[in-house]
Amino acid sequence: MATDDEVAVAVDSRLGGARSAGLVEPQTWTFDGPLALDCGRSLSPVTQTYETYGELSPERDNCVLIFHALSGDAHVAGYHTPDDVKPGWWDILVGPGKPFDTDRYFVVCANVIGGCRGSTGPGSTNPATGRPYGLDFPLVTIGDMVRAQKRLVDHLGIERLLAVTGGSMGGMMALDWAVRYPDATASVLAIATSARLNAQGIAFNEVGRQAIVADPRWNGGDYYDQDLPQSGLAIARMVGHITYLSEGQMRAKFGRRLQDRESFGYDFETEFQVESYLRYQGDKFVRRFDANSYLYITKAIDYFDLTNGHRSLVEAFEDVQAEFLVVSFSSDWLYPTAGSKEIVQALQANGVPTTFLEIPNAYGHDAFLLPSGPLSDAVANFLANVQRCVREGDCKEKTR
Amino acid sequence: MSGRRRLDYELIEALVPEGARVLDLGCGDGQLLADLQEHKGCEGRGIEIDEQAVLACIQRGVAVYHGDMLEGMGFYRDGAFDVVVLSQTLQQTSAPVRVIGEMLRVGEAAIISFPNFGYWRVRLQLLLGGRMPRNDLLPYAWHNTPNVHLCTVADFRDLCRQQGLERVREIFVLPPSRQLGALGANWRAGLAIFQVRREDVAYGPLAS
Repeated sequence: MATDDEVAVAVDSRLGGARSAGLVEPQTWTFDGPLALDCGRSLSPVTQTYETYGELSPERDNCVLIFHALSGDAHVAGYHTPDDVKPGWWDILVGPGKPFDTDRYFVVCANVIGGCRGSTGPGSTNPATGRPYGLDFPLVTIGDMVRAQKRLVDHLGIERLLAVTGGSMGGMMALDWAVRYPDATASVLAIATSARLNAQGIAFNEVGRQAIVADPRWNGGDYYDQDLPQSGLAIARMVGHITYLSEGQMRAKFGRRLQDRESFGYDFETEFQVESYLRYQGDKFVRRFDANSYLYITKAIDYFDLTNGHRSLVEAFEDVQAEFLVVSFSSDWLYPTAGSKEIVQALQANGVPTTFLEIPNAYGHDAFLLPSGPLSDAVANFLANVQRCVREGDCKEKTR
Repeated sequence: MSGRRRLDYELIEALVPEGARVLDLGCGDGQLLADLQEHKGCEGRGIEIDEQAVLACIQRGVAVYHGDMLEGMGFYRDGAFDVVVLSQTLQQTSAPVRVIGEMLRVGEAAIISFPNFGYWRVRLQLLLGGRMPRNDLLPYAWHNTPNVHLCTVADFRDLCRQQGLERVREIFVLPPSRQLGALGANWRAGLAIFQVRREDVAYGPLAS
């Protein structure tokens, strides 16, 4: 979801650079399951595509599990081939000497189930029919995605992670992990996220879904052997992209400037720069993303509510054992600071060691994917301290 | 504030019991909490409004809430802390009585230090100089000072009486670092440190 094409690849991140994760190869792991899902159905078999960076320590105590956001994937840093134009989606934070320092930590990132980037999703073959699942794919939740990744972490032979982390939906997964598996992580870095999406967020997701469903090529989700519902998915992405930016940033970046013309054409062609930008983002997105996955994953985000099954958010956090870093960005109106504070306050009510940082920043929700000194400092120092505490057996304790 | 150890930190550190759960309001770069964690095995939490100071806390391994202290205290449970510290910041709060009330809701004891506006040099500066007093503890000009609720030792004792607060300890300091007895403290002390707790044990807001 980054506005990454405007950010030239930093010297640090260039292939061959001292701080680049370098060439990385995706791996896949399949388990037969069945994986019982929240919707009551189950999934079998379950394939997950993941990437790893750095080395697992002999004590197996240095693993950081990164969860990606709605449109992300397992490719968090480095390059797949020397010809790749851009590195992975969180390359600013992941690599040797970077905050998620691959010289110190073993970093793992997997594509979520329901996705379309190598893990089992609606575009995968349904073993019952031999054809792509389409809408026969069961609705998966954030909890289901997390349970699947717990199986992967078990498979890698890691009992307790040093940290789980992610931004946006990835942050939801990190919170869910800490509640679901209290003993399975020493820390949580929850960035630009929320314990539950607000009504405004659900509303925008629904507009995106309706744009896809209204595309005649969507064909009830059965389109894998014909023309893809690209116009619907592109509109969904355009809407999404508006929510990732801030008004101030759009004003600064585009204003009311026209694209490649001096005056109005009095027609419905692309005229304003902001229109051109959104169309470009939409067109680019459909080349790498599946419309059905967009439906499934946005639904999973909408359903997510950490208070489900609990009387309150405070009660939901009752058993967590991890230390938390919660970061919000001041101009993020999709996952606003208020939502981060709701998390922090519920953690504080349980005496959980929690650090909260609100970074003043004009870049909206996308800020978590963009270079930020305060974010880099906070992540690097927080994680280094957690690792030191874990190794010295002197972790912070709850105050009650 | 960052980098310079505050005059009162050592005295406050001595008041905090070993292994105490400590909340530091306006904790700056987290030095007091880091020292308490390292020297006394305390479990520390901070609240700080300045972004750079929060980043310094993270670097020191101090768990800190970035924001307003009343908001930050609001969601801690009653009695979550043994000690709540407010070092040289009471006079900068907009609602000091509410702040002290919250401190003694979330903590069993409060340690509050403040520059004494009754200090004779302060009085003389105004009386003879005719200008707003300035010294090491009151370094600001009248137009840029964050101090909106300055008080004297006598004022603070009055407040304790009105609010039903027991004064467990009083420490008085003549700048830069000489400790004084209680005699004439309202004249002689540049800085005062009070350790207080509620006379009644029940928690709840103080009367304003």
